[in-house]
Amino acid sequence: MTSVVAARPRATVRIVRFDTVQRAAHWANALLFGILMATALPLYFGSIAAAVGRRALVEDVHLWAGIALPVPLLVTILGPWGAQFRRDLRRINVWTRDELIWLKALGRKAPKVVDKFNPGQKLNAIFIGAAIVVMLATGAMLKWFRFFPVDWRTGATFVHDVFAFAIFFVVAGHVLFALAHPESFRSMIRGWVTQAWAARHAPGWLAEEQSKVEPDTEV
Amino acid sequence: MSHRQRLQNFNVLWASASQRNTRRSDAVGYSCSRRLASMSAKPKGTSRQGAEQRVPVGRRVFLGLVGLGAVGIVFGAKVQNVLGNAAGSGLGGLLPFGDHFRIYSIAGTSPVIPRSEYRLEVTGLVDRPRTYTIDDLEAMPRTAFVKDFHCVTGWSVPLVHWEGVRLSEILDDVGPHKGAVALTFESYDGTDTESLTLDQARLPDVIVAYRMLGAPVTTEHGGPVRLYVAPMFGYKSLKWLSAIRVLDQVVPGYWEQNGYPLNGWIDGSTGPTDPALTGEVQ
Repeated sequence: MTSVVAARPRATVRIVRFDTVQRAAHWANALLFGILMATALPLYFGSIAAAVGRRALVEDVHLWAGIALPVPLLVTILGPWGAQFRRDLRRINVWTRDELIWLKALGRKAPKVVDKFNPGQKLNAIFIGAAIVVMLATGAMLKWFRFFPVDWRTGATFVHDVFAFAIFFVVAGHVLFALAHPESFRSMIRGWVTQAWAARHAPGWLAEEQSKVEPDTEV
Repeated sequence: MSHRQRLQNFNVLWASASQRNTRRSDAVGYSCSRRLASMSAKPKGTSRQGAEQRVPVGRRVFLGLVGLGAVGIVFGAKVQNVLGNAAGSGLGGLLPFGDHFRIYSIAGTSPVIPRSEYRLEVTGLVDRPRTYTIDDLEAMPRTAFVKDFHCVTGWSVPLVHWEGVRLSEILDDVGPHKGAVALTFESYDGTDTESLTLDQARLPDVIVAYRMLGAPVTTEHGGPVRLYVAPMFGYKSLKWLSAIRVLDQVVPGYWEQNGYPLNGWIDGSTGPTDPALTGEVQ
């Protein structure tokens, strides 16, 4: 039984959840999203536009933040420094049968084993990734409208609006979850979580992290 | 921590983590050492992958969303019509598929001009240069119709009520010289300018509007007086109209200098298609 006591996940042992590159990418992405969402409001709502004015400036800021939007993630995905990020992307991509059941039950049936990311976190990341592509494409169509038929411009405006609404909801949810789970939130700042946290929220990942030690000690 | 302990650590955690594996009846009776032996013999991770089907859901959802965006671009105009009509105008102002104006102002702020201080100056190659007050404009023959407002970037507001005086009435009033070719419009915002040829300006659905959406034109919509050029995209309908100058050449306006077409015909043609004033409710 002593081994079980020794194995109890401890609040003093740290596990790296996000490396520096991932955190930098996340916050650069968050900053750009923040700028885009803040400048979107006066571009969309007449009453705010009247209060803010300076439409040309707001438009320029929105445009350039939009053009810069894919940069942090692309640099991370493509660069040699993004190994950890790419590994996490693969985690987000593959779903277990349990996680699929969670998705089909619309979040009511929690998966038995939670990996590094729970299915809700995975959905958030997937949505944000897709939203970046869609917003970039439709935004470009609105900026360089002359190359597209009027019907498509209307469609692009429609899609840009609908996705913008969805983004506001998803980001609000993301921020609320972060505030409700301070240790998870802090891990995006300082990079690590405690073993105890991982055992509670990501036991599958913790087991995997622990197993990494195994081959080293075996040699 | 010894190697053996470490392994056991992992083993216990592993057991709690992947209950699916340990719940198997044959695993229940494992002694600690046997479990150790079996774990270290297995390559990492395979047990879980074997028990759990892993599906690339991420890629599918990602591509699905991007595909939805692409479909929306092509068919969004139709979807918007259906949804917009279903939602009604009250809700529409707040929802993405509702009909509402996006307020564009190219200067820093919207100029606020009290009705009593408003003046429209008409000068240039004319026989009788004149400055109009709103009362002057309202005393002239009134034109009212319901027409869509189309922005060149794709959004539009259907069935907007417009009211004002035809530009042709003003032109008849001041009497352009024989060599006059075009008009330049100036705005109280001090930045925006627009242009129309004299022929375009005489189209019956080109008006100097003092009422819009059933009320005096508001500041954000370019009030108290704005231009409304029905057959052209919205950028031609200059807001906060302050002056009209009659010239012997076309001088490209603000948006044309920023790359917009000189003639903003909505149908993309080189001439008007709707001179018969369909939709007029006067």
